[in-house]
Order: sequence, then structure tokens, then C-alpha cells
Amino acid sequence: MGDDVSTGARAKVDEFYRAESRYVLATLIRLLGDFDAAEEALQEAFSVAMEQWPRDGIPANPRAWLVSTGRFKAIDGMRRRARYDASLNELAHHIETTTGDSSEQEDEHIEDDRLRLIFTCCHPALAEEAQIPMTLREVCNLTTEEIARALLTKPATIAQRIVRAKAKIRDARIPYEVPPPSELPERIETVLRVVYLVFNEGYSASFGTSLTRAELSDEAIRLGRLLLQLLPEPEVIGLLALMLLHESRRPARTSATGDLVLLEQQDRSRWNRAQSSEGISLIERALSMKRIGPYTLQATIAAVHAEAPSAAETDWAQIVALYDLLLRVDPSPIVELNRAAAVAIRDGPAKGLALVDELLARGELATYHLAHATRADLCRRLGKNADARTSYERALALAKQGPEQRFLRQRLMELN
Amino acid sequence: MKYLCLVYLEEKILKGFPSDTRRAISDDAMSYCEKLQKAGRLLAASPLHPVETATTVRVREGTISATDGPFAETKEQLGGFLMIDVPDLNDAIRIAAQFPAAKFGSIEVRPMKELGCAD
Repeated sequence: MGDDVSTGARAKVDEFYRAESRYVLATLIRLLGDFDAAEEALQEAFSVAMEQWPRDGIPANPRAWLVSTGRFKAIDGMRRRARYDASLNELAHHIETTTGDSSEQEDEHIEDDRLRLIFTCCHPALAEEAQIPMTLREVCNLTTEEIARALLTKPATIAQRIVRAKAKIRDARIPYEVPPPSELPERIETVLRVVYLVFNEGYSASFGTSLTRAELSDEAIRLGRLLLQLLPEPEVIGLLALMLLHESRRPARTSATGDLVLLEQQDRSRWNRAQSSEGISLIERALSMKRIGPYTLQATIAAVHAEAPSAAETDWAQIVALYDLLLRVDPSPIVELNRAAAVAIRDGPAKGLALVDELLARGELATYHLAHATRADLCRRLGKNADARTSYERALALAKQGPEQRFLRQRLMELN
Repeated sequence: MKYLCLVYLEEKILKGFPSDTRRAISDDAMSYCEKLQKAGRLLAASPLHPVETATTVRVREGTISATDGPFAETKEQLGGFLMIDVPDLNDAIRIAAQFPAAKFGSIEVRPMKELGCAD
């Protein structure tokens, strides 16, 4: 056999690993009932492929071949270790008799297995700080180091969270299943929240020096697309639309020097039109389904911005109306703050300031830097410079991100 | 798989309910447990006397100390338990969620280890 052929086959195995390993893993977890055993079986299956494919050619259904090889290797390994631990023999027998080896049969489950994996990684019984790394590791195939870098945590911490989550899945027996329809709305909510947290972690990092960490947002959008393919529910569509519309503004959000540029000052010609028009057509699809949730509403607000040629030409009345609707569906002080900022543009800064002051007096947003920054901005517009200064200083003390701190310092300097 | 569902509630809240509400909650809990037992999912269940009756026992360097009060002073107290046998955590969560006290208290669901003299 020529070297070219074997090099080609090896490249094919690599390519397959990148594209398919998560599908194979998702199915192996179901067959073997254990994350670690499945991970090990996956690696074994690929090392057999590396050896056999260059020699014998690529099998007709490579994915099914990998699943079947991994399953076989796992059962074989259990039999060998059964010499030291008799219970493994029983387990091997159980897996062998309860799971089929028919390739076609496995292929039908493949999409369901992907969903099972997502719902398990985002199970509400797992800590939120574990749901995100589990999803990025098991579903997106990011390494522990990559996740640690993205979440600005130590790799050891991430590794420990993943180990603990896997132990809880095993010991508390969290089932590997897509929830029944009666529980689906609640469970989808958790999954969507995890995906949105991943996106936001990438879009506006809460700590650190860089304003955006694009890779995480890309992963979140990829996850959103996968979910939509598997579960075309209105809020799944709404979340993907929301992420795309926010992402479309990324090129205009930071200046050449890495400084924050507010929405009203952004150069809209730099917005990614392909992403925003995809977002807009997704919203149309979500709205036509008549069950409107918070993600779809937030995406619709983002779409109003995307369709406006400038901040001044934005339909602020519609934006306020959408915030009113959002407050009814999903009330939160942050939504109220955003509504107040929109009212300030529609009805003037004095009206907005009254709302923000009322909101701050309630205390829930006392430590939220953007609440103070919004108040400072409105005071500045009204010529109340002393009040503006106090609020900018409070916002600066609370902001944790380099570019935001620079922005606030700049504003303070302009006041003096 | 066996799970121990520990029912935590603020005894103050329970005492604050009018007596017929308390009776209704207790009746609901009883009939729910009966239903679970008939379905073969309940191994044992019991409400507990109030936390003032609790004694915490420790042995340190061979000396027994028995002190008045619960292990931890918290806002919510352990008010009772259900020991259930179901296939997985999702079923355990479903059962715990339907227990009447879940509406005003909290239920901690703990998987039980499969060893010792439980069987």
C-alpha cells in the first residue's frame, strides 16, 4: 500500500475525530452507562481506526464502526479486569446483552444521544459552575486548559468541577435521557441558560483585560445551532437569534485601541449583516410560533437596533413597548434598568433618571456597576455634574473589566 | 436505587398555619405516602418531633457527649423523611416535588450507598 494512501487515511481519521468524536462519545455514554468508560472506549476506538483504516480502508459507516469498536473494546476491557473485580464480568454481560451492536439501529439514536448528553451536562442537579465546563468539555470537546483559559480559572479547578460533576451523575444516578414532554419546558430553560451564559462569558467577560473572548461566543452559537437542529422550539430559535444579533455588533463594539464603544456611537457599517439578517429571519420564525418567551423578546429588541440606520433613527417607542412585554414575561431589575434607558431616549433624560433613581432606591441593583453608570450618564446629560461624578465613581469602584474601567475613567475626566 | 428525602421546613411557618391547614397538609402527606407505598416505591417515611427534642451525640477521645439541640442551627429544620426506591434521580426529584411540604419547605434528596446492613 502506498504511503499516500495511508497518509490520506490517517488524515481522514483526524478529520473524523474533530467532526464526529462527540457523536460517538454521546452514544458510547448511553451504551456503557458511564462517562469515563465511554471516554476511554472512544480513545481506544480511534486508536484502532488509526491502525486499521490506513491498511484496510475506511469503513462504509465510520461512525457506526467507531461506536461498535468502542463498545467491543469496553466489554473486552471489563472482561480482562474481571480477574481482579468479579462485578465487572456481570457488568460486561449486562452491557453485551442489553445493548445492540446493529449499526443501523445505533445510527437512528445518534441525534437523541447528542440531546441526552446536553441535557445531562445541563442537569439542574449539577452546580451551575459545573454545568458550563461539563458542556464545553463533553459537548463541545474543548480541553480542560481551553475551558480554564476561557473562564479565567485554573485548569485544576475546572478539572475538579468536571470530576465532581461526573461523580454526582454516577452516584446520584442522574439518568442519561431527554426529559419527557411534561418536563421539557423547564429543562430546556436550564440548557438555554447554560448556552447563554457561555455566550455572555465570551461576549462581555465579567473579569479581565479583554472585552470579548470570541471563541466562547462562537461555541455558544454552534451549540445554539445544534440545539435548534435537535429541538426546534420557539425559545431555542429566539436564543440563537439573540446571540447572532449581539454577535453581529462585535466588530463595532471595541475601538482600534481596545476601548468600549457604546451602541449609540458604534459605526453601524461594521456590523456583520449576514449574522443580523439571519437573526432577524429566525425571529420571524419564532414569532410565527405564537409562544413568545424572553429570549425571543430580547432578540426582537436587538433586531429593532439592527434595522435602525442610526441611534437617532431607532424606533425607541417600539423598544420601550418590547421591554414592557419582557417585564411581564420575565420581570427583573436589569430589564427595568434597560427599559429606563430606552425611556430616557424616548421621553428625555429627566424621565429616565426618575425611573433609575426609583430602581436604585429599591437596592437590588446597588452593586451593579451599569446601574450607576446609567444614572451618571443621565445626570451628565441634564447638566448635574456633581451627581454624575458621584455615580461614575461608584460605577468605577464596582466595574471589574479593564475596558469598562477605562471608559468610566474617560467619562470622569471629561466632566472635570 | 434508594434515595433518602430529607424534608426541611421552618417549624415557625408550619406553626403559623391555621390548624385546619396544618391538618390538611398532614392528611395530604399521609395519603401521598400511602400512594407511594402501594406503588412499591416507599420503603419508610416518618415525620419527626420538633427540633427542641433533638439530641446530638458525639464520641471524642472515648468520651460520650450528648448535647441538646440539632447538629446544625439553621433556619429550616429537619422535619421528617421519606426513604424511596426508584430507578434514577429524575424519578426521585419528581416524587420529592409532589410531597406537600415541598411547597413551603425544602427537600434534600440523597442517594443511599448500596452497602451496610440496609438489605
